[in-house]
Amino acid sequence: MAELNGFLLELRQINQIYGGGEHTFTAIQNVNLALNEGEFATLMGPTGCGKSTLLRIITGLQVPTAGEVLYRGAPLKGVNPHATIVFQTFALFPWLTVQENVEVALKARGVPPKLRTTRALDLLDRVGLDGFENAYPRELSGGMLQKVGFARAMAVEPELLCLDEPFSALDVLSAESLRGELLELWTGGVIPTRAILLATHNIEEAVFLADRILVMDKDPGRVIMNLKVDLPHPRQRKDPKFLNLVDRVYMVLAGHTQPEHVEMGTAPGEPGRTRALPHINIDDLTGLMEHLDGMPDNRADIYALARELQVNSDELLRLIEAAELLGFANIAYGDITLNPLGETFAEASIRARKEIFATRIRRLPLFKWLLSMLRATDKNQLEWDVIQKALELEFHEEEAERQLDTAIDWGRYAELLAYDDSSQILFLEPGGGTGFVKQDVNLAGPP
Amino acid sequence: MRQPSRLFRIAQPLVRPLTWGDAVVFISLAALIYLGVQLGLSAPPAIKGPEISLSPKHLLYYTGLSTGRMAAAYLLSVIFSLIYGTLAANHRRAEKILIPLLDALQTIPILSFLPVVLLSFIAIFPLRLALELSSIFLIFTSQTWNLTFAWYQSLTTIPRNLNQASTIFHFNPWLRFKTLELPFAAISLIWNSMASWAGGWFFLMAAEIFSAGERNFRLPGLGMYLQEAANQGNFMAIGWGVGVLVLTIVILDQLIWRPLLAWSDRFKLQLVETENPPTSWFYDALRSSRLIRGFIRHLFHRPWTYLDEWLASRQPEADRGRRGARLTWLWYFLGLAVGLGLFYEAYQAGVMLWRVSWNQWGIIGMGILTTLGRVTAALGIALAWTLPVGVAIGTNQRLAAWLQPVVQITASVPATALFPILLLVVLGLPGGLNLAAILLMLLGTQWYLLFNIIAGASAIPQDLHYTATLLQLGRWERWRTLILPALFPFAITGAITAAGGAWNASIVAEYTQFGGQTFKTIGIGAAIAESAAAGDYAMLLASTLTMLLTVAAINRLVWHRLYRVAETRYRME
Repeated sequence: MAELNGFLLELRQINQIYGGGEHTFTAIQNVNLALNEGEFATLMGPTGCGKSTLLRIITGLQVPTAGEVLYRGAPLKGVNPHATIVFQTFALFPWLTVQENVEVALKARGVPPKLRTTRALDLLDRVGLDGFENAYPRELSGGMLQKVGFARAMAVEPELLCLDEPFSALDVLSAESLRGELLELWTGGVIPTRAILLATHNIEEAVFLADRILVMDKDPGRVIMNLKVDLPHPRQRKDPKFLNLVDRVYMVLAGHTQPEHVEMGTAPGEPGRTRALPHINIDDLTGLMEHLDGMPDNRADIYALARELQVNSDELLRLIEAAELLGFANIAYGDITLNPLGETFAEASIRARKEIFATRIRRLPLFKWLLSMLRATDKNQLEWDVIQKALELEFHEEEAERQLDTAIDWGRYAELLAYDDSSQILFLEPGGGTGFVKQDVNLAGPP
Repeated sequence: MRQPSRLFRIAQPLVRPLTWGDAVVFISLAALIYLGVQLGLSAPPAIKGPEISLSPKHLLYYTGLSTGRMAAAYLLSVIFSLIYGTLAANHRRAEKILIPLLDALQTIPILSFLPVVLLSFIAIFPLRLALELSSIFLIFTSQTWNLTFAWYQSLTTIPRNLNQASTIFHFNPWLRFKTLELPFAAISLIWNSMASWAGGWFFLMAAEIFSAGERNFRLPGLGMYLQEAANQGNFMAIGWGVGVLVLTIVILDQLIWRPLLAWSDRFKLQLVETENPPTSWFYDALRSSRLIRGFIRHLFHRPWTYLDEWLASRQPEADRGRRGARLTWLWYFLGLAVGLGLFYEAYQAGVMLWRVSWNQWGIIGMGILTTLGRVTAALGIALAWTLPVGVAIGTNQRLAAWLQPVVQITASVPATALFPILLLVVLGLPGGLNLAAILLMLLGTQWYLLFNIIAGASAIPQDLHYTATLLQLGRWERWRTLILPALFPFAITGAITAAGGAWNASIVAEYTQFGGQTFKTIGIGAAIAESAAAGDYAMLLASTLTMLLTVAAINRLVWHRLYRVAETRYRME
């Protein structure tokens, strides 16, 4: 194999587009990346940014719509025999014992029976599972299951080890200990793996493990930053340098509050990008607002918030996006500041909160569009499918469904919309959405 | 739909929207049936079957013959299912035709296959062999479709991550089949095998005694024994026959199916321990027997390992793309050739249908309506009694403990075996055969409803029962707000299967020979059975196709919608 540029893996202009005709949706746009031997890199980004898809493309499980995958300088054909994946949901065969689960990977490679057994036992020993060889997966905890997943992946001695959110289905403590063990295997050089690519939405995890962080963003999925992590192992999570890096990633992902018209985007069907509603739970949002309201200057460091509130970074970023979109908070330099409107919201009664919320969502182009569509019908009602079809001009099917779900949730909270699930009909609440606003609580829009 | 049934489980009815495949399928079936009919017209002269002795001494021999036929047909069913299901699951274009075809095939009554099968076998093989093969094939047509669906559905619902793991670790087809596909499908396949055997027993008589035109064919076996006993009105013999049949079914259940179920519990997908795993005394006995273990280790283990290693070391699937391209062309060519042939035959079938007189179409129309009435009545009666009984069994552990085995054994008795007795009782009553036909449909299909309702009732979370009690809901309120909505999806699943079974049973329910006499009533089943027996192939073609269309229409218009409602509104998660 020719090694023209010395990269182990190289992606050139990868694009993944789903659908056809009017309903195309770009999952991954123009991704270029190169991975050197000896590198531990992470693909870091919010849910839906295409990390998992990218891993499938890299391993050859999926063929991209456009672009080239080069492995050791040669274009990849079929499934990469030198790469493997550790799955988020383990992907162990429930009817095989722990040992058989590892052995089957070796069997597929044609390793003779005796050697298979020795190697499987050796690997299980190394990940600390000796004594559990004959257990079935259902008898093990999540952390142990993932150890089996690792052992199975190591068994085939991959040059490129891909990890697809391997720790996110585990409880906090198991995840932490498994991360440590992975680092030990990797830095100790006891495994023949030449490079690791980890997909995660957990910012601290990325900074803790990787030499390099490729930050991705969604709509469409693309790489927006390439960040080197120069800290020596073992890394200390309280180290100011560590926190600084976490802060920087948050800063990039949370962005800066833009002028209102940019922030809100355009209505579906109009030129320009429709701003997707972040899929959040409104109670979580009010919780965040109340928390910020109690902070000095109504301000917080976003990376610190994640720790204080015990939420994962993905969820936190979505909540922050919602607060920003609703004009409750401003984001700048990795900080979130509650503005006077947000403060009013946080301190208001349940009734008043609903009114403020209603006023704010009426300004969102997606809601304006939805409400005017409903008003244009005789009975002020529309079927779910009709709206979903219209939304599919902007979003892919799954996302359109999620958008409508969120819109109904927000609209119900604001008492603007009602929805009957059995007939799947969405309608205007009497008095809601008529354009009549009882009291415009526009204390402070973004500048 | 999730079915936490520990008692009985069958393939989910597959309800899908119409596709272009349906049209192709309909045309091809018309063509195929026509082909068979053509063969039928050129068949050899009458054949007298062997005499059968009603002495219980020979019963064992007959039972052996019948069971052997069933087993052969079952083996054929499994092979067919594995191939057909795999093709349908792995080739998108093939799936478009194969699945509607399967859907249609399972609504075709067993007798409509008769001319095609019998006469083509007679054309090729010596008579005795041809008859055996025909019988096996007929049993096969009553066993295989649900198995095929089960395999296909398993293949298409394999969790994505397991599929990807198999690909990323480069499993070859054998390793994938052995480690992933077969274990994943195992439980569903076993339950459906049990349903298949039940279906086979139900149509055993029809598969051992058949007539085509002037020609009567009879094969020695339990089915023929029962029929002969009924013809002679020999109640002793009927009693012996039914007794041995039930005993055979119970033995098979205890020695084969229960152990298989207990063994297959390991193939459950969930990663938690199950509460009540199925148990089997025979399985436990086998497992603890040293003799058996030694036997397996020495005689079976080594060749198996050798074979497994050899198959697993076959070249993993390499550049599938290039070979696929060449194959596609071949497929197109083959498809075109077959398609043209079928079109010609379909045209001929149309010409044949033209010969069916208005009078006969009238009979078919009346038949469809009356049979529809009977199916509805049978379903209504079944629902009326299975709802309270099923809920009682499903919500009451102690009742379930002793009623379950009773119900299972009762359900395993093929209704057709009891039909002669039933006729004797009912024929004197007003309604006569009409009533008997409804009863036979009921006997054959009520169990699907009962088992599903039991499963549904036992799946209602205890919390909800407590809540209902705390809210002091009255009996009726409790049924309306909790039990009926929770049962809805299960009742629909059961009703779809039951209705399908009832339509199929109409061919034995509406036309029967007993005590040397032929009893028949108006109905589509009678029309099919009579035309098959009389060798009126144009009529057979017309009535089969009409039934096929009616059942398909009802599935799409009624069951499809109800199933949707059940899936979206009443699903408990």
